[in-house]
Amino acid sequence: MTGNLHTLPSASGHTRLRNLRAEAPSASGARFWSFGGTVLKILGLAVFAFLLFGPLANLVLWSVAERWYTPFKLPVSYGTRYWEVVFRPTGDAMSSLMTSVSIACLTVLVALAVSVPAGYALARLKLPWRTALMILFLLPQAFPSVAIYINVARVFYSLGLTGTITGVVLVHAAHGLVYSVWIAAAAFAAVDRDLELAARNIGASPLRTFFTITLPLAMPGIMASAIFVFLESLDEFTGTFFVGVPQVTTLPLLLYNASMGGNYQIASITALILLVPSVLFMIVIERFLKADVLSKVGQ
Amino acid sequence: MARPSLFGLLLIAPALAMIGALFLYPLGFSLASAFTAPGGGFSLMHFDKAYELYSTDILFTLFIVITSTILTGILSVTIAGILTLGETPWLVAALRNLYRWPLFIPFIVAAQCMRTFLAKNGLMNNTIVGMGLMEPLQATSLLDWRGIIITFVWKQVPFVTLMLAGAMASLDRATIEAGRNLGASRLRVLIELVLPQVSQTLLVGLVLSFVTMLSVLSVPMMVAGSQPTMLTVDMAFRINSYGDYATANALGVISYLISGMAAWIYLRHNVKREAAA
Repeated sequence: MTGNLHTLPSASGHTRLRNLRAEAPSASGARFWSFGGTVLKILGLAVFAFLLFGPLANLVLWSVAERWYTPFKLPVSYGTRYWEVVFRPTGDAMSSLMTSVSIACLTVLVALAVSVPAGYALARLKLPWRTALMILFLLPQAFPSVAIYINVARVFYSLGLTGTITGVVLVHAAHGLVYSVWIAAAAFAAVDRDLELAARNIGASPLRTFFTITLPLAMPGIMASAIFVFLESLDEFTGTFFVGVPQVTTLPLLLYNASMGGNYQIASITALILLVPSVLFMIVIERFLKADVLSKVGQ
Repeated sequence: MARPSLFGLLLIAPALAMIGALFLYPLGFSLASAFTAPGGGFSLMHFDKAYELYSTDILFTLFIVITSTILTGILSVTIAGILTLGETPWLVAALRNLYRWPLFIPFIVAAQCMRTFLAKNGLMNNTIVGMGLMEPLQATSLLDWRGIIITFVWKQVPFVTLMLAGAMASLDRATIEAGRNLGASRLRVLIELVLPQVSQTLLVGLVLSFVTMLSVLSVPMMVAGSQPTMLTVDMAFRINSYGDYATANALGVISYLISGMAAWIYLRHNVKREAAA
């Protein structure tokens, strides 16, 4: 007992001493480490930014390169000749752009028309096998789409739907349903139920409550799901590759054909056109997709 | 539990009909085609042929998709963790503005970017050589399995990070502060306090990424042309070159099984969570 009492103060004295001794170099040492840390952070960020934007920079370079071959690190001559080729009003690119945008808009309409009611039902009403139903909407994304599309193309062929806009829109909408239904369900689930109850209490009909309270509050989430579906459709390559050929040429198909044909300039310019909506939506997405909705996705 | 709502079923019916017509019916078609012998009747002969011709590609596909998913998970958790727990304001701000850029870039555009960026004479090798970090002769093309993985990770990390960072932002800060005050390092707070609370979101993000990568046709076709390649390319090849639906559908069934693994993990996690709740 006495031994313990005796050793305790001396032990703490030792640590205090050690601390003091350690403090002397640590003043300059800490500055060194924090400087080193900052340099490391800047380096890390620079590498991250290079890996993020390098591929895009390469794309931009190719779009303005009139001649670029092997030993040269940068294009041999620059010019906008290929931009003129792409943007000729009679060119393939402009008609592909129109086709792509109209298909994407129609796809959003179809997907929202079926997924807003479905999302509301999944979020608010008692449904049997709710988890199984949620999984069912994931399935078109969960199953490797190539295997499905080759059979959709076979079925569509017998119905005369291959090579038509309708056929492509249907394929895109079914593929986008997981985004629209899951995000719509999360958006409806994030709406405060008390607000609906308050509206009902002061005499609003269920339908009026839905259109004046629930739907406006869920709107940002539904807009986000519409954005996802729009981009999913614009981005879609595989389905169009099997169902749309040969009549429906969307931008991704044009890009693929140009790239595989070795025409990197046309491919890069087409890719840049496809990038515009992507970057725009990337900038605004957080305004629509709030954290409270995101945390409910898939539940 | 109250009785199921008939109205609810009515509301969900159009969406279900769409899935039925455009997904379940073709799915049945593909299963029938894969398991039916030319003369009719059940047979596994198409699987024999698929395995004989494409067993390397099956393993290759598994390897690519699993590696990409793991890398995506690690990078997303790291970035979302820095965004949530970072104590260097300028770093967090810069990262927040940077990481999302590839989010909505179409796969086919990503493929075209990487096709030029990762080439032997692409911008990446040129930059490294230009900075004097590598001899020109050491430059190699990454346009093979590495290119596919890089493209997939580049494209999927922002998506998973966006979901994760959103979920982490809506967490109760008090627990995180308490952990920090008790002396836990940021890494430990991330792994032991934050991650368990957002594991559902992480899982959903990774499952969606896994199956997305398994379904992409453009990236393996454009980034890595030669053998071995992914199952999606093999299926397209069987159809376009031979009109051989039976073998293509057998390959399709094999890729269903692979994505079935991901769905099974998701389901098991959900069931466990509902049992715990």
